[in-house]
Amino acid sequence: MDPYVLKTLNEERRARRAAVLVTDLGDGRDRIVREGDPVAGDLGAAIANAFRTGNSRSVEAEGRTFFLNAHLPRPRLVVIGAVHISQALAPMARIAGYPVEIIDPRTAFATPERFPDVALHAEWPEDVLKRAPLDSYTALAAVTHDPKIDDFALKAALDARCFYVGALGSRKTHAKRVERLLALGAGADQIARIHAPIGLDIGAASPAEIAVAVLAQTIHAFRSRGLETKGAVA
Amino acid sequence: MDESIYLDEARDPLIIAEGWMKDGKDVAIATVVETWGSAPRPVGSHLVIDAEGNFHGSVSGGCVESAVVTEAMDVIGSGKARMLEFGVADETAWQVGLSCGGRIKVYVERLG
Repeated sequence: MDPYVLKTLNEERRARRAAVLVTDLGDGRDRIVREGDPVAGDLGAAIANAFRTGNSRSVEAEGRTFFLNAHLPRPRLVVIGAVHISQALAPMARIAGYPVEIIDPRTAFATPERFPDVALHAEWPEDVLKRAPLDSYTALAAVTHDPKIDDFALKAALDARCFYVGALGSRKTHAKRVERLLALGAGADQIARIHAPIGLDIGAASPAEIAVAVLAQTIHAFRSRGLETKGAVA
Repeated sequence: MDESIYLDEARDPLIIAEGWMKDGKDVAIATVVETWGSAPRPVGSHLVIDAEGNFHGSVSGGCVESAVVTEAMDVIGSGKARMLEFGVADETAWQVGLSCGGRIKVYVERLG
């Protein structure tokens, strides 16, 4: 392995950015491919698959054997709102492999008794996200119903290109939210990424069922997340 | 279950390998590149080895690590990468086979 390649790979991993290490098993040469880097042909397709699934494997391409080691940051789910839905969502998401953090400045909601074994911040999203910024391997679900708490986090999630952004509320509520986010400086194309009403449409009726819908939508967003080639866009 | 979203720097084999390199040590990196059947560690797992035989990480549940470390010494010396295969069908099965019945392929290369 090239020492510079190892150094670069570790830098990417520390910064929670996805990278695939491509090693030619014939001559031992290796290189780093970052998400969105254009790679042509069968090898490119295999690399895109590695980014999407996170699975590492050997592939035959161009008459050679390559080993693709996929290094994906661990996805996580940030929930704004220590509400009933979140109480069901936290354990479910953790089991599915998405560690959860809950942020809610209302200390009556954000109590360890209501949320045992969950990373819980009884603070404003503004303060928490300053310390631990959102990134493209983070999903954000805003479920407080309170614009004072949800809006800043939603704008931050759009700016950080979170792989999933969902907001609780009816279509009418969301229409008002769109106006507020536009006023905060969000672009219409950014706002269109918000899933609202939140969750896959499974007819969820109870808080726990809504949690299932939100988790399923998060997983779907993660596994189908846009891996558009930067080169093609420019 | 490890739930941290950040790297565990003290235990991460590739971080340790980089640290060894900075300390001027010769290092080999072993990687699971293929598995068949029930393999104890997934494809992509690493074992990193220095020239004194110190190692971190794993490529199996401990069944074949000592054999990989021995091979890694040669790889550090020669600079030539090797592909190793372990499994119950292997003639060395009784020494370093996988008790779980799986088979694994491990690529061992020198760092630098």
